[in-house]
Amino acid sequence: MMENYIEVRWHGRAQQGVVTAAKVLGEACLRSGKFVQAFPEFGPERMGAPVKAYNRISAEPIRLHCQVTNPKYVLIADPTLIGMNLSGGMESSGGVTDGTPEDAIFIVNTPKAPEEMRKELGLEGRKDVKVFTLDAAKISLETIGRMMPNTPMLGALAKATSFITLEALVENFKENYSKKFSPKVIEGNVAAMGRGYEEVRG
Amino acid sequence: MAITATKGQTGLTGNSAVAYAMKQVNPDVCAAYPITPSTQIVEDFSGYVADGEVTTELITVESEHSAMSACIGAAAAGARVMTATSSQGLALMWEMLYIASGMRLPIVLANVNRALSAPINIHCDHSDSMGARDSGWVQLYSETVQEAYDNVFMALRIAEHKDVLLPAMVCLDGFITSHAIENISLLDDQEVRQFIGSYSAKASLLDIEGAPTFGAMTLPDTYIEFKRQQSEAMTRAKDAAIEVMKDFGKRFGREYGLFETYRLEDAEAAIVVLNSAAGTTKVAVDALRKEGKKVGLLRPRLFRPFPWQEIAEALKGAKAVAVLDRADSMNAFGGPVFSEVRSALYDLDSRPRVMNRIYGLGGRDYKVKDAVEVFNEALKAAETGRVDTLVKYITL
Repeated sequence: MMENYIEVRWHGRAQQGVVTAAKVLGEACLRSGKFVQAFPEFGPERMGAPVKAYNRISAEPIRLHCQVTNPKYVLIADPTLIGMNLSGGMESSGGVTDGTPEDAIFIVNTPKAPEEMRKELGLEGRKDVKVFTLDAAKISLETIGRMMPNTPMLGALAKATSFITLEALVENFKENYSKKFSPKVIEGNVAAMGRGYEEVRG
Repeated sequence: MAITATKGQTGLTGNSAVAYAMKQVNPDVCAAYPITPSTQIVEDFSGYVADGEVTTELITVESEHSAMSACIGAAAAGARVMTATSSQGLALMWEMLYIASGMRLPIVLANVNRALSAPINIHCDHSDSMGARDSGWVQLYSETVQEAYDNVFMALRIAEHKDVLLPAMVCLDGFITSHAIENISLLDDQEVRQFIGSYSAKASLLDIEGAPTFGAMTLPDTYIEFKRQQSEAMTRAKDAAIEVMKDFGKRFGREYGLFETYRLEDAEAAIVVLNSAAGTTKVAVDALRKEGKKVGLLRPRLFRPFPWQEIAEALKGAKAVAVLDRADSMNAFGGPVFSEVRSALYDLDSRPRVMNRIYGLGGRDYKVKDAVEVFNEALKAAETGRVDTLVKYITL
């Protein structure tokens, strides 16, 4: 709008780690000298419920405290959410494409090709929109040993955009989480980010 | 949450920042019953207790009524006491809030603002703390994570000030501030210790020699004198707040006042609003200023005691003032902030037109466009000298 910032919306289901992904992205951007916001949207909580999380990233202090309604970047950790009404009692977005600008960038966790996903997202007419895909589920199973699509998606985000580098994501993760997780878990997550970066298509 | 950096910027949610402030204060006692959206404060803090990072006696109780009761007992024994709650939790503390203030116990409570039931809702509005505005607690409001963190230390100093000795409440917006990670600059433990100093209660129940009495029965021959003293202490809390905020700014470089103004000096229309919505309103102010419209903002920080003379002085140049309330005062004509501000302006020789807009109840989003609409209405009132609708719900 009138301030110079980047807005990101994450879609997933409870337990898929999108709230953590927004947190990790925020921390990595903060480490790179940016001002950040990372916040989830809480509705009634239950296993598998649709969850949204958001980031605002700016070179200047962020004063806005309203919801993110027009995100340029949309990351979809669970493709079964496409086509669903996700308002869940909140007003920020009904569907995954809601409010996105003409030059929006979508990153979807799916084995399918970007062109196929573009069709499923109903974005065929919007030529300036970019759609990226990666099989984040498979990558996370092979690297972390668990279904954590959020981690490879962070790597994919670094590849598809210019506002964060893979190095910044990896450095931040190693520094902030080495106390919380074992070296094996850290290694797995770093590998997942790297493969997300390499394998994203679009 | 692990925090490695103590200098420079780090990222924390409002709840984690408040819990970290509590850790740095290291109170003698914390009695709490966690409730959404303030749960993480108590969760983080209990982690600090378990890890031996504080020496606090953490009392887990079965309700908020008991939490405040235990806080009162501990504070009367001479302890430095802190707790946190929200919404129904604050409501359940109600009768104890008055006992804490009547007994002049400088307890510090973080209230993460949340709507009151019914219908049940876990999201932000100010009904909880506004309902407690006359309970004799000092109230400080916070726009950002940084300010919520800073306010904890300032609230403690104001509460324990020798001329005050009243409990204090730090209010921050549920989810919007409590659950959002923002940049924050943390103080060193040493800096905190020097700023807050050590606490020595004026009277302690454990003082066998002096044997003071707390909360004794008072009959019509004394009760009103107690209340007058309490009221005068609350009046003095304003000067204490000015002193404490000045000292905070001098030490740490972050300047705070009784309220914040933004581009208000030559404003014809002003919005008065608390907490996080003020940030969004500032963005609207800048946008309208670019169009040449003279608009500004006043954000109260100290709401109790209410600095009415200073606020009237700051608003007297405006032709129209729109007061935004994130709580309704059912049966009054408008919300609580509106009533206070409008009353404060009464003694001015030339008063601005004043209107009230109730917004954002139960977490309803307040956007830049909402602020712009209110400003445009206020500008119209400034031009015509007439307010079409005095009180109205917006963001519907």
